[in-house]
Amino acid sequence: MSQQAALFTPLLVASVVFFSWSLYRRLSLVGLGKPESGKIDFASSIKHMLVYAIGQRRVLRQPFGFNHFIFFWACIFLIFVNVEFMLEGIFPAISLAGLPAPIYFSICLVSDILSSLAALAVVIAVIRRVFFPPYPQARTLEAFFLLAVIGVHMLAYLGICATEIALGEESAAAYMPVASQLAGFMGGMTANGLASLHTFFWWTHAIALMIFLNLLIPYSKHLHVFTAIANCFLRREDKPSIQPLEEFVAGNVFGTGQVDRFSRKDLFDSFACTKCGRCQMVCPAGNTGKQLNPRAVINDIKVNLLKNGPLLKQGHKAVMPLIGDTGEGSVPEEALWDCTTCGACMEACPVFIKQMPKMLLMRRHLVEEEAKFPEELLNLFENMESRSNPWGIAPSERTKWCSQLSVNPFEQGVTEYLLFVGCAGSFDSRNKHVTVALATLLDNAGISWGILGKEEKCCGDSLRRLGNEFVFDRLARENVALFKEKGVKKIITQCPHCFSTLKNDYRQYGLEVEVVHHSELLRDLVQSGRIKLQHQATELGQTVFHDSCYLGRHNDVYEAPRALIASATGAIPAEMERSRENAFCCGAGGGRMWLEETEGERINHNRVKEALTKNPDTICVSCPYCMTMFEDGLKDVKAEGVRIRDVAEVLAEAVLH
Amino acid sequence: MLIVACIKQVPDTTQVQIDPVTNTLVREGIPFIVNPYDTHALEEALRLKDRFGCRVAAISMGPPNAEGTLRKALALGVDFAILLSDRVFGGADTLATSNVLSAAISKLHTEIDEVGLVLCGKQTIDGDTAQVGPGIATRLAYQQLTLVDNVEDIDLSAKRIRVRRKLEGRHEIVEAPLPAMLTVVRELNRPRYPTVPMRLTAVNAKVEVWNNQVLMLDEQSIGLKGSPTWVSKIFSPERAKGEILGDGFADPEGTANMLIEKLLDKDMLTV
Ligand code: SF4
Ligand code: SF4
Repeated sequence: MSQQAALFTPLLVASVVFFSWSLYRRLSLVGLGKPESGKIDFASSIKHMLVYAIGQRRVLRQPFGFNHFIFFWACIFLIFVNVEFMLEGIFPAISLAGLPAPIYFSICLVSDILSSLAALAVVIAVIRRVFFPPYPQARTLEAFFLLAVIGVHMLAYLGICATEIALGEESAAAYMPVASQLAGFMGGMTANGLASLHTFFWWTHAIALMIFLNLLIPYSKHLHVFTAIANCFLRREDKPSIQPLEEFVAGNVFGTGQVDRFSRKDLFDSFACTKCGRCQMVCPAGNTGKQLNPRAVINDIKVNLLKNGPLLKQGHKAVMPLIGDTGEGSVPEEALWDCTTCGACMEACPVFIKQMPKMLLMRRHLVEEEAKFPEELLNLFENMESRSNPWGIAPSERTKWCSQLSVNPFEQGVTEYLLFVGCAGSFDSRNKHVTVALATLLDNAGISWGILGKEEKCCGDSLRRLGNEFVFDRLARENVALFKEKGVKKIITQCPHCFSTLKNDYRQYGLEVEVVHHSELLRDLVQSGRIKLQHQATELGQTVFHDSCYLGRHNDVYEAPRALIASATGAIPAEMERSRENAFCCGAGGGRMWLEETEGERINHNRVKEALTKNPDTICVSCPYCMTMFEDGLKDVKAEGVRIRDVAEVLAEAVLH
Repeated sequence: MLIVACIKQVPDTTQVQIDPVTNTLVREGIPFIVNPYDTHALEEALRLKDRFGCRVAAISMGPPNAEGTLRKALALGVDFAILLSDRVFGGADTLATSNVLSAAISKLHTEIDEVGLVLCGKQTIDGDTAQVGPGIATRLAYQQLTLVDNVEDIDLSAKRIRVRRKLEGRHEIVEAPLPAMLTVVRELNRPRYPTVPMRLTAVNAKVEVWNNQVLMLDEQSIGLKGSPTWVSKIFSPERAKGEILGDGFADPEGTANMLIEKLLDKDMLTV
């Protein structure tokens, strides 16, 4: 055994043992979580892994994603080369050079180019992080150290190849353009000098490798090289807006107030985070100076698990609170109330971490176990319980919006559709106009529809997103029972929150009916000619469309409202910078509609200003909450002369006026 | 020490209408709520429990379905919930009601623990008399501290209480020996919200029902027979002045203009 092998062998063996132990010790903490229900669909899991992990699709959505793409492929390829390196260090007889020449030469060529590109990518990444960090807190020692080790590793690899070429020991020299260039610089060196240089590079490379194994992979965000791929495999396509049911029997614990009350997948997510900050950069709360930062929340869960996990495993008490203002490892209570549940974070995350549902689990804990929540919510919760609507208005007033119209009650066999008016559509004075427009259009198209009148109750969306699952559960059960009793088969909603709740959440309660958002139904009615336009509503001028999170991101309805505006006005609506999947929330989702917004910039101001950059005459929305937020926002920023219209009102303009 | 909170189930008056023909309250299908002022009395009792570790009993006189009101109190953390329910208690005015409630409080005093405080809402939203609390204090010869908006201090060893009363345009701080009866206003506190585990425990917790076989009161002092007050008529007052003009929903702009015109006409706006 050579001296080098004698030294390297025990080091490598120790490293591999330590590496495995570290990984086991950390990742086994995931087992503390609650088992996940639901099966894995292998075909789609493999597909996700290929597209998103191997193909890096979401990573590549950003310009700097290409840099990561290089790292990723260099890393994949160099794994082979590194395994060879390690084995060759122990058994010098094992070498890739033993492979058939075409294969060996190809490997050499690709490795040479990839490692050079990766070294270049390190330089670009460092410059970016110093001068244009992805998020303000991104300049961490961890990140720079990691980049440095990658850089050193790549350079050392090239150095080894170059010295071997200079020594004339490399048969594939002609296939290693970069290493050959470097070897050219070593022309004047003696054989001894070259041998020492080779040893230097060899050990530098070996040490870099061991830093990866012992430190960076198990103990830094670099762990994502394994966990991120696994997370793409484990991606679930269920709608993220649905939270798990709770069983309300005495003795149960509700929500997540301690880290082991998350699911295993939730805990695994925290290990998959790459700290890329994409979630934070799209978050409406994080973008407007609120406490909430989804990246930090995921990190807090991980830190908390690492601290409490080993104790909990041994049956001790947790020492670090999951929710609290005690620094890293605890999620600040206030931050939890900042989330609008817009889903932008989940859409942006390259490794499919679900940030938002974790926050809702913690909200549940606060509401259900501790009855701790912002005081504005007390009224909301009580109104929902006693009068089944957020404002606490008497249910008998649900039909006031149609006092001037003749509207039928829903009756099985007589009316086809149930128009689920929703609380805003029933009580909010601005949104009542939308309901009237919709009702008139439905009559115009000859649709047979009816309402539940004072029997209608809130769908419970805000309750569920605010963590009051107990009251939500009760409302949902009552609503589902009523729909079933009345024989409802098809439901029209004009509110994306009702839409999503009835369509997705109520499935958990066994409701299987057709639910359409009015924008989809109206689009179809126009396209099939059942609604005839009288003229093109050009009086609305330049339009711009704002996506509702619960229609767009949560339910993938992007085209219907746009098509509707286009046919009604004869012109395609303008798009904001952040639109469709990347649309920015109006600020009202997740129950934030009922909460004060005192910290930072108001989310609706941010969005209204963005809309105004398109110089619209009319801003079009498809959600009563967006309507309220835009109406308020426009008044606040004093944008005179700009109108807000729901898509139904836009169409009504072209059909009825 | 035991603190007694008196609570009442009332119809949700925002949803009550008066039958124009019979001039009576239409109560059918109207949900019941806990009298809002009483929720503050209950909250204060629970806060004192948290602070001093005393026990709290919630009592309510009403029909059997008023049990729901007491379950809510149990979900919030009271130790005892007692429903005073009997046909012979029915039709009671404030005098007869305070007779029943006082008898119940005396019984709690002898059977459970010394009663130090009785807390009531300042009035109910259905009767609006504000007499039952003072009636209890009179029957039991307790100190009577009405319209309390802050409990300044309680000295359990010296058995004294100091409270702030909210009066028209001013406050008054008064001190009294215990036992005392307090009626409270909304400013006193912010009622808590029940946790789910407490709600679930409350479902199976015991609500004791005491009828007149338990309280053994003279039938002449309770219910209709014990009530000198009679309600002869309930009606909505005629609209003395004013008329409804325009339709703000159909024509907001025109209606707003009309309003401005009218106000200008009557010289209520300066241009
Ligand atoms: S759901 Fe929206 S508001 Fe909530 S954390 Fe994610 S991006 Fe932020
Ligand atoms: S949660 Fe996802 S998007 Fe956010 S920092 Fe981590 S990896 Fe990036």
